[in-house]
Amino acid sequence: MNKYLLSMTLTSLLLLPAISQAETAADNYKTYCMQCHGMQGNGMGANIQDMSVQPRDHTDAKTMSGRTDAELFKVIKEGGLAINKSALMPPWDSTFTDNEIHDLVKYLRKLCKCKHAG
Amino acid sequence: MANYLLIPLLLLTLSALSPAMAAADGSNILQQQCASCHNLTGPAATKLASLWQRKGPDLFYAGNKYNQTWVEVWLQQPGRIRPTGMFYMDHIKAGPKRDMVDQSTLSEHMKLDAADARAVAKALATMKANSALIKDEKHDPDMAPGPLGEMMFDKIYGCMACHQIEPGYGGITGPEIYTAGKRLTPEFMLSYIRSPQAWDPKIWMPNKHVPDTNRQKLVNYIVELSKENFNE
Repeated sequence: MNKYLLSMTLTSLLLLPAISQAETAADNYKTYCMQCHGMQGNGMGANIQDMSVQPRDHTDAKTMSGRTDAELFKVIKEGGLAINKSALMPPWDSTFTDNEIHDLVKYLRKLCKCKHAG
Repeated sequence: MANYLLIPLLLLTLSALSPAMAAADGSNILQQQCASCHNLTGPAATKLASLWQRKGPDLFYAGNKYNQTWVEVWLQQPGRIRPTGMFYMDHIKAGPKRDMVDQSTLSEHMKLDAADARAVAKALATMKANSALIKDEKHDPDMAPGPLGEMMFDKIYGCMACHQIEPGYGGITGPEIYTAGKRLTPEFMLSYIRSPQAWDPKIWMPNKHVPDTNRQKLVNYIVELSKENFNE
């Protein structure tokens, strides 16, 4: 039992840095997404003036319900081109962990107050 | 020793020392005047909460990042490089068509005289953390993108979403790119485009996974762009 406890403690300690570096979806959205998708998530970010394709309005339930969670995960991780959309949406695979992206997908569902319609 | 000999000797010694004493100490200026806004020792922020506190660019790898000549000139006539300040969320507000810069929240960078600017630029040039990240970056100035450069920057890689390629044109949450060729070393640009997170783990610039050839072309586009004089 003692060996088991020791092993669990060591495992927890090893996992601690990874866990402590995870950020909340709200904080990630604020830091990385709002620059284009806007402070209110409505697609009216500070960067959009000269964009040839406007960023998605995340509060638009009609459009957002047309995307599956898997598609949202893919576009965040791999960028717009991965789902035949604009290259202006970059891949965030070097910034977020998969878990953080799953949390962001849930966060987007809160913003649009919608689910996939299919 | 008689006083009539001692006093001239003392004056002579002081006059010989004074230029050295008057020469600005760049490291001392950095510690006294810059450390409150700039990270001079590293490491870079690894948590968002730390990133948000950043008031100016990290300088602990300044010697690998900046062209010394540019630093010396800029410190005497500092202008804004980041239209939305250091962390954009601190300097924008909702507007009728899009989020806008809240100019009232931005402050000017301090200005140095020529001697201090030279000394600080020299001191910064010695701060070479992260050398391992650029030691294998070999800039090839002959890999010119030609007219495709702007298309690569704007459309193919979408860098223009966050960076301006001329005053007033492009995104504003990243530093202006039309002066970057003068400001930054080509090796730093090659490395930073390869992996922004290797230099700054939480920065809001994504890794676009640009292949080696195109990284060279993007950097050469940026270098060429900086030769245009946008102030005229």
